[in-house]
Amino acid sequence: MNDLLTMAVVVSALHLAVPLIYPALGGLISERSGVMNIGLEGMMLVGAFTGTAFAYATGSPWLGLLAALAGGLLAGALLAVLCVTLRADQVVAATAINLLGAGLTAAFVPIVWNVDGTSPPVHKLTAWTVPLLADLPGIGVIFSSLTALDYGAFLAALAVWWVLFRTDAGLRLRACGESPEAADSAGVPVLRTRFLAVTMSGAFAAAGGVYLSLVSIGLFQASMTQGRGYLALAAMIFGKWRVWPALLACLLFGLADAVQLRLQIASTLFPSELLLALPYLLALLALATFVGRASAPAAVGRPFART
Amino acid sequence: MNPTLIEEIVTDEPNPTPAAALTGYARRLRGTLLGAPAAFLLTIVAALLAVLPIVYLAGSDPATAYRALAHGSLGNQNAIAETLIQATPLLLGGLAVATAFHAGLFNIGVEGQLVVGGLCSAVVGIHAPLPGILHLAASVAAGMAGGALWAAIPALLKAHRGVHEVVTTIMMNYLAFSLSRYLVASDGPLASTTQPSATDRVTDSARFALIWTPTRLHAGFLLALLVTALMTWYLYRTPAGFRLRITGANPTTARFHGINTRRVTVRAMLLSGALAGLAGAVEVLGLYGRYYDSFSPGYGYDAIAVALLGQLVPFGTLVAALFFGILRAGSVELAATTGISREMIGVVSALVIGFVAVQPAVARLLARVLRRTR
Amino acid sequence: MAAIRLIGVTKTYGQVRANDDVHLTVEAGSVHGLLGENGAGKSTLMKILFGMTRPDAGSVEVDGVPVRLRSSADAVTAGIGMVQQHFSLVESYTVTENLVLGRSPGGPLRRLTHRLDLDGAAQQVTEMSDRFGFRIDPHARVSTLAVGARQRVEILKALWSGTRILILDEPTAALAPPEAAELFTVLRRLRDDGTTIILISHKMPEVFDLCDRVSVLRDGRVVGHRDLGPAHADESARRRLEAELVRLMIGRDQPERPHRPGEPGEPVLVARNLGGGRLHPTDLTVHAGEILGVAGVEGNGQTELVELLVGVRRADSGTIELDGHDVTRTGPGVRLRHGLAHIAEDRHTAAVAERMSIAANTALGFTDTPPLARGRWWLSAKRTARLADALIRRHAVRAGTTSDPVTSLSGGNQQKLVVGRELARAPRLMLAVQPTRGLDVGAAGAVHEALLALRDAGAGVLLVSLDLTEVMSVSDRIIVLSGGRIVGETPARDADPDLLGIWMTGARPTEAAA
Repeated sequence: MNDLLTMAVVVSALHLAVPLIYPALGGLISERSGVMNIGLEGMMLVGAFTGTAFAYATGSPWLGLLAALAGGLLAGALLAVLCVTLRADQVVAATAINLLGAGLTAAFVPIVWNVDGTSPPVHKLTAWTVPLLADLPGIGVIFSSLTALDYGAFLAALAVWWVLFRTDAGLRLRACGESPEAADSAGVPVLRTRFLAVTMSGAFAAAGGVYLSLVSIGLFQASMTQGRGYLALAAMIFGKWRVWPALLACLLFGLADAVQLRLQIASTLFPSELLLALPYLLALLALATFVGRASAPAAVGRPFART
Repeated sequence: MNPTLIEEIVTDEPNPTPAAALTGYARRLRGTLLGAPAAFLLTIVAALLAVLPIVYLAGSDPATAYRALAHGSLGNQNAIAETLIQATPLLLGGLAVATAFHAGLFNIGVEGQLVVGGLCSAVVGIHAPLPGILHLAASVAAGMAGGALWAAIPALLKAHRGVHEVVTTIMMNYLAFSLSRYLVASDGPLASTTQPSATDRVTDSARFALIWTPTRLHAGFLLALLVTALMTWYLYRTPAGFRLRITGANPTTARFHGINTRRVTVRAMLLSGALAGLAGAVEVLGLYGRYYDSFSPGYGYDAIAVALLGQLVPFGTLVAALFFGILRAGSVELAATTGISREMIGVVSALVIGFVAVQPAVARLLARVLRRTR
Repeated sequence: MAAIRLIGVTKTYGQVRANDDVHLTVEAGSVHGLLGENGAGKSTLMKILFGMTRPDAGSVEVDGVPVRLRSSADAVTAGIGMVQQHFSLVESYTVTENLVLGRSPGGPLRRLTHRLDLDGAAQQVTEMSDRFGFRIDPHARVSTLAVGARQRVEILKALWSGTRILILDEPTAALAPPEAAELFTVLRRLRDDGTTIILISHKMPEVFDLCDRVSVLRDGRVVGHRDLGPAHADESARRRLEAELVRLMIGRDQPERPHRPGEPGEPVLVARNLGGGRLHPTDLTVHAGEILGVAGVEGNGQTELVELLVGVRRADSGTIELDGHDVTRTGPGVRLRHGLAHIAEDRHTAAVAERMSIAANTALGFTDTPPLARGRWWLSAKRTARLADALIRRHAVRAGTTSDPVTSLSGGNQQKLVVGRELARAPRLMLAVQPTRGLDVGAAGAVHEALLALRDAGAGVLLVSLDLTEVMSVSDRIIVLSGGRIVGETPARDADPDLLGIWMTGARPTEAAA
């Protein structure tokens, strides 16, 4: 393989990793506050759909992106109402969100576009060519093929890391996930904090979803997330609920995806249908090496109510 | 342990007086009449009301939609048969989900287990040279084994490493879909030469008999009813079922009373997977006569709604499966006459799950209101 | 000047008067001891003082000013801090992070954008730690700290939020002696610095070591105050005062003795060199026809002993022989079959399954064998219901139908059901841990009668209880656990409550025992 080919794989890996990074960060925020978020998949679909619909209606992918984030916030708030306010079982409630996201977005495709399954193409977010950097030999190609949303993923990771681990707000949020009782006794409003965290995680998941529709392929397709919400969750668990390891896990899954795509084109040795399973297999192996709940936030999954 | 005292307690206990028996019976009846079915109906009504906006957005109205749905699912002999056909995998999948739930496990991997079960039953149904009913039995068993196998990895990871079963079962789903696509792809090892994305037909000896000519209804439906009864018996009338339920309700108490909770966890998950595999086998051996890739329109996910709506009780699951069977069977005509997408069923599933999830909150609220009014 | 005055504080829970017209004055800058047995009303009183519950009657003054304490936040504002037995620390956080958590500057925006100054805070922690001798590393994670250090972190946390009046609830209950010594050093320095300290305890030596004055609570009432000034100088005065306080705590009335002494036979439980967790290697024998009472203050190895005997904790050392069978390496199931029954200390976690029915809960442990099970594949629902009905009737449980959820029963009735179920095993050895917790007097008496009947029928009973009166009135033989060791043993008929109290509280036994 020549250099160009390798760089193409790197770019493709980045493109495939970004829609994992956003939801992984969302899951991290939610779970660090003590609410298990299995609903990322559904929230991603909500983001992908609202983004496409608004981009279609307004002709601007940027307005589509904004709408997607708003849709994600709404989906997140819905899960927060169920899990935080009403203290519903977090797994069951999130499953409802997933099926609702999948079902509603699919049901709305014919309502909005009068076709089944797939929307017409819309304007995509275009790549930025970074001056100077793009002219670099070899790696320059990276800086001419990434969009704002790609750079945003890494900035978002930095921001999440900063807020969670370097600010007072983060200290309080993580306390709600480790010991809501201790946080409560220290005067932290546990329910409000968790509500905000889960709502925010919806926006992050939606950013991942809208990346798929407005950056990757430029249209909406029913169930287009293909389990990426769960892969992101697996990456977050594999990263032991920490920002940078989770980001690395997303990049790893993205690379696996890019490699299998590459192999599909380059070789007939492996059947492409089996290659498609590579990221999921990798995620499963990653989870199998994970021992116990030792690194999970201690109170994740446990609803909080003052007695 | 000395069983004599307990033997004595059990045999010495006088039969309840007729009056006491009657009041006890009345109490239970009132509990079930007002509790379970009320919750069932309220959940359905709430979910159907919540999809009304979709009905209007699709340019239809509730009356038309209702008529189309009813006609498509119950309007004639064929429609009724179609409802029962759709209810069959939902019932078996619902039982799979419910069984796992009783043990405190959330098996969201029913869809994948169903696919693998269908594949395995097809392979045995095509290739095993067995006579008559034995062939059918072997094919069904293969389907169950395939489903159990697909559940085994999440089961072991849960019991021995503490990995949450939801993420692992989902990953297993996607692996199953890939495997299925590969096996029946145009140059795949199981691909049929005549039918795209499918296996060859299974031998007639491995097929479920048709039981209501001229409809497509097959004996797999009866098998599902039988399994419902068997699961009622297993969960509520055997020591193993008791261990399973106690482990789900309070693992520590279970452990303090001599129950090996790890073993129970693994077995419950395998059983759940076997039931899901059976659902796949019944579709392949009963309805289609061959394995089709993506033969399941998401039965495994609807099964979660079925189990929860049925309040995890096998009989309740049966009723819930019939409800979703009506939706599935009626959705064809619904889509044709009103333009309401068949995806609406997924939305109803989601809403049902959501409403079941908030039932405890509703119950708490009701209790508080009742206490205040007293 | 009085830092705290309680005037006529009364609090009733259902039928129980937890506090009955309590008057109490705590001098500023002093250490005030509050002595009393489990259930004497100390904790309720302190909860009132910390705003966690509101009294039915009476008032509280802080520094001579009447205050209304509607929440813990009110108490904190008034300068009151409390260190409870169950710590509220975030385990995965460092000491500094735990302290900062409670006192953060500014509004939401500032919290989001400003870098958390943990280093500056750590410096402050170090200064405070050095000044009072806390000896705490501000960067240490709480999960890596020993219990004693965690407790000092709790105290630091209270001081950090401006506490001038510090309440400590049984601070040494879970501490090893050197840790307790460290704690005392800190507390003395705090007092010398002007902090008022209220110490809840039933350990005599620490009360004498630390307190300037002590009040004794019994059955919700203050039964006496004593100045400890003279005792600090004169050893014999101290002995006299010690004995007097123990009597005040436990009451002058001698507890009732078992009217029928048991007839101990062969051993049914022999534990040799058995150790694990907080329990040091211990030898223990329970005979058939004998009730062995285990007395002691909470957290002195009882939980470990019970878990080891039930089979849910692996022994670090030693062997267990149950009715002649070596069961050291077996789990709870095998021990159940060899005749063990267990009334668990914490009903919610280990004795009932709350989502299940009354019938299912009474059937626990009976479902694998006849008469409930007929082979591997049939469990009789009729017999399961009958068993539940029988137990409900025999033990006067107030219950609806056996198919109702077990949570439809009150706590006391659940306990009766659990006791009934365990008795129905006709055990060779009954492990009764706090069997009468949550029961009223009548029901408690019935449980005691049942245990005595079980003993008379030839079973061994190991009764673990924090209630000394219960241990003395039911047991044939009493051992006292303290610091994970058996520190004393006596036949119940000769037991002297003063002596038991001294053993339990860790006072020097030498002369008092003579």
